[in-house]
Amino acid sequence: MGYEISLLTFMGISIIGSLSLNLITGFCGQVSLGHVAFVGIGAYTASVLTKADTPFFVALLAGMLLAGTFGVMVGLASLRVRHDFLAITTMGVNFVFLGVVREQEWLGGELGISSIPDPGLGKLGFLALVLGFVVLVALLSLQIRRSWMGYVFDAVSGDEDTARMLGLDVSHYKLIAFALGTALAGLSGGLYAHHVRFIFPDSFAFVESITLLAMVVIGGNGSILGVILASALLSVLPQWFQFIGDYKLLLYGSLLFVVMRFSPGGLAGLAQNLFHKSKKYFALKENQ
Amino acid sequence: MLFLELFIQGLLQGSIYALVAVGLTLVYGLLRILHIAHAGLYTLGGYFGVLVYNSSGSLMLSGIVATFGVGILGVIIYRLCYEAILDQPPYVPLIASIGLFIAMEELYRILFGSYGVSFTNPPLQQMLPLGGLYLREGEWVTILVSIILIGGLAWLSSRTRLGLAWRATVTDPQMAESFGIDPIRVRYFNFFIGSALAGTAGMIVGILNNLVEPTMGSVPSYKALAIIVLGGLGSVRGTLVAALALGVVESFGTIYLGNVLNRDAIAFVFLILVLMVRPQGMFRGV
Repeated sequence: MGYEISLLTFMGISIIGSLSLNLITGFCGQVSLGHVAFVGIGAYTASVLTKADTPFFVALLAGMLLAGTFGVMVGLASLRVRHDFLAITTMGVNFVFLGVVREQEWLGGELGISSIPDPGLGKLGFLALVLGFVVLVALLSLQIRRSWMGYVFDAVSGDEDTARMLGLDVSHYKLIAFALGTALAGLSGGLYAHHVRFIFPDSFAFVESITLLAMVVIGGNGSILGVILASALLSVLPQWFQFIGDYKLLLYGSLLFVVMRFSPGGLAGLAQNLFHKSKKYFALKENQ
Repeated sequence: MLFLELFIQGLLQGSIYALVAVGLTLVYGLLRILHIAHAGLYTLGGYFGVLVYNSSGSLMLSGIVATFGVGILGVIIYRLCYEAILDQPPYVPLIASIGLFIAMEELYRILFGSYGVSFTNPPLQQMLPLGGLYLREGEWVTILVSIILIGGLAWLSSRTRLGLAWRATVTDPQMAESFGIDPIRVRYFNFFIGSALAGTAGMIVGILNNLVEPTMGSVPSYKALAIIVLGGLGSVRGTLVAALALGVVESFGTIYLGNVLNRDAIAFVFLILVLMVRPQGMFRGV
């Protein structure tokens, strides 16, 4: 039972992480290849603080704030560079984060931080907390999608120049997307650190950014349900089947490639296509 | 003397970066795709080199296989992977390419083992002092091969009809096509040249380190991206300058910045700084 609980907790944390990336990449159309750096900032901040006897929730909040602050700084970069350039800049952010953390003695260097204190909620309590956050983040995403801001995000991701011409304050909304997305990434990082209670630089390597991006893109860039489904599947499958575990990266890589090559809309796009086709098919039948 | 040695080591590393990055920049200049799987081909060049050398003992043969084999595979990758998604938004080919690269790395690990392959009797390891510089034979060969290949590329693109067609297509694809240039052939040619250069670089690095590992491409792949952005995306000249400059900056950086940043992060600090000041990179144009 303990194993299933831990697995579900891990799944919830992954969902929060990928939903946070979905805000930036899915809603606002700014491809970020370094999202796990912000997860890392949240994780390191929260664990340094709880190790210094700060209450768990205060530490979690501090992690979110710091991640969000750095997120706004990277967001400022997104005002300067676009598309491919932005993707590479964010990738650079990931490498710089790692490069700095590896050399910091007070962050444990290569060895990382171990024996992070238990938040004292019990395993089930922690799972409930994580799932609560998942629901909150999903509702927040839904709310954003339906709000005026969601429409602006749509416009920015569709065609930035036209959005600007329509008098929308594109820079302002991009910064909001980055601030929100990275703060939530910080949240998932804080939760992650207190779930596994041991972090080191490689937990936040570039591959993990790709894993997050894989979840978003395979689910369907921007689709909340699709992203939740894809991250649930992709985070749990490798753990459940050891066979997949050994070939995890091969599976991720091929899936990313196959989905992009054959259905750039991801699972959500695929479902939509099937739905439309079947509707057409049945409409045809009725006409006959 | 330390200064000169660091400088030469930097140039060496830089010329390897250049061989990898020129292929990327060729692909980006023509198709606007960030071809990350390029580094997978570089690793493959290393494997071809070491496997053929170990079984035949001929350096010439392994060089030919690494160069041409990888070149042809590059064309196949373009044909099977990118051709169908050229009209999608830029993140689609980018992510497809990342996926392909990760899958390639894993495939090498499964096929050839995660500890890598070494040469049974490593070639070109003797010291060869020349003009007061103590370098290994392999390092001289690296310098020589880079000069020949890059020079050859410059000659090809400026003095031949093929190069003319290539440059015309990069500048204005529609106009080039209406003058009877076949854009598909130009793309194949482009991928062949770029991948062949990466394959050669892979083999050279395999010889210098006497080891070819599955993950050998990961750091160069991301660094090559940083280089082509610094060089102004699509500019071959800019890429060369950026590659050599990065090699030198890194080799000094490891000595003087060692306890603040590790080597692999230097490229990206450099990159982010330059992009914030000049979002179009350091150079422009083909």
